[in-house]
Amino acid sequence: MPFSFNSVSALVLRYVFLYTRHPVRLVELVFWPLVDLLVWGFLTIYLQRQAAGVFPTTMTFLLGGMILWDVLFRSQQGVAISFLEDVWTRNLLNVFVAPVRTVDYVAATCLVGVLRVGVTLVVLAVVAAVAYGFKLTAFGIGLLPFLANLMLFGWFLGMVSTALIMRWGQAAESLAWAIPFFIQPLAAVFYPVSVLPGWLQPIANALPCTAVFEGMRAVLAGQHAPWGLMRHALLLNLAWGAVAGLFFAANLRYVRKTGLLVKVATQ
Amino acid sequence: MPPVIPILEADCLVKVFGDLTALDGLSFAVAPGESLGLLGVNGAGKTTAMNLLLGLTTPTTGVVRIFGKDLWRHRIEILRQINFSSAYTSLPSNLLVWQNLTVFAKLYGVASPKQRIEELLELLDITHLRKSVTGKLSAGESTRVNMAKALLNEPRLLLLDEPTASLDPDIADRVRKLLRRLQKERGLSILYTSHNMRDIEEVCDRLVFLHGGKVLAEGTPGDIYERFNRTSLEDLFIGVARGEVEAIGLK
Repeated sequence: MPFSFNSVSALVLRYVFLYTRHPVRLVELVFWPLVDLLVWGFLTIYLQRQAAGVFPTTMTFLLGGMILWDVLFRSQQGVAISFLEDVWTRNLLNVFVAPVRTVDYVAATCLVGVLRVGVTLVVLAVVAAVAYGFKLTAFGIGLLPFLANLMLFGWFLGMVSTALIMRWGQAAESLAWAIPFFIQPLAAVFYPVSVLPGWLQPIANALPCTAVFEGMRAVLAGQHAPWGLMRHALLLNLAWGAVAGLFFAANLRYVRKTGLLVKVATQ
Repeated sequence: MPPVIPILEADCLVKVFGDLTALDGLSFAVAPGESLGLLGVNGAGKTTAMNLLLGLTTPTTGVVRIFGKDLWRHRIEILRQINFSSAYTSLPSNLLVWQNLTVFAKLYGVASPKQRIEELLELLDITHLRKSVTGKLSAGESTRVNMAKALLNEPRLLLLDEPTASLDPDIADRVRKLLRRLQKERGLSILYTSHNMRDIEEVCDRLVFLHGGKVLAEGTPGDIYERFNRTSLEDLFIGVARGEVEAIGLK
């Protein structure tokens, strides 16, 4: 069995305890996405009125982009913030000297990412439907590969963030929030790849999330679910997953060799 | 009679950090049911040794064997049977005591977590703390909760890094007595680091005195300070810290 059910469920249980004991922590999952949704929503209503219906799909593009971007962001946060929670509470050594394999630890943080995405997605979907008539269900069955690809990529970005924090210490913890935004300009979240300068387009196309956002616009423009793009995103995700896994493993070896793991854990 | 396999064996451990050699060929063993103290002034290599023995840091060269098995080849199997407590780590401060213990009981695969947690809360006289917020405990309460976590899996080997640091004499005495009791009643093996000579003398059957990443002396506390013509372990410690005892040793 690739994962230990006991270890993964125990680590996830810790977050269930944390969120149920401190419901205020849930606000963090909902507050900022809601603020984004409201600002983008009202801005696009205003732009549409100004453009007198010239861009009828702009509203759905922007809201769809915003909601799906949050899926990627929350998924990445699940991995990176779970690690930081252990650092902040000086619990990391207790976990690393427990019979927990690295894959179990990473799998648990990924599952926490799924839980975080679930909470945020439900709230945003409901508010977008009620406030702007934007129905996430308009994507149909095609929504599932969109979400799956974004969550996978979020996990891999989370693993990279965690590896860098392990290596550079708590001084680098802002990377837990910053890393997704390094790629956002290239991810074609709110505009098509074709808008980017030619030399940036190959880089943008190497990101799995770019294919998802291009696919989202295709569906919202009334085209069929772009399964080809989703396959492309999945293949890219497999490559990114391999790179992120190797990067994480190499960094873990390095911090164990140099003693940085203990330093980060006892700072 | 077959030879007794040590519970823990450090074999020629060397750890180099850049220009600094933190451990320089450290070798020692902990016998079954034995309590061994690692003693040394700051920078002697105690913490580095502890981190290597727990698999938190990899040695530059040398091998750690626990229950006769290579730590790095059988890491998970070994970690299931040992445990650790330190004054420098804590359980998540934002959870209740029972929640933390439940999470770690599951991590260590404890068969009946609830029952085991109750037993330990009683053993450590902290039943009243079951529903307390971990971050609001006093140093003494926190140490006992950490100790409960360290005993959850009924470990065969317990590694303790200055467990009585910042405790008042009463609580420190209780912790020492508890460890002695567990060692006698359950045959628990203990590796103990401390700056507190009383801890070492009361808890440890034998000690390894580290200096400059090497073993300066090994034996019972009494044997060791007498060998260096000192009146007590504390006197020896001060002598090493001030560079007097090393010279005697070299003679």
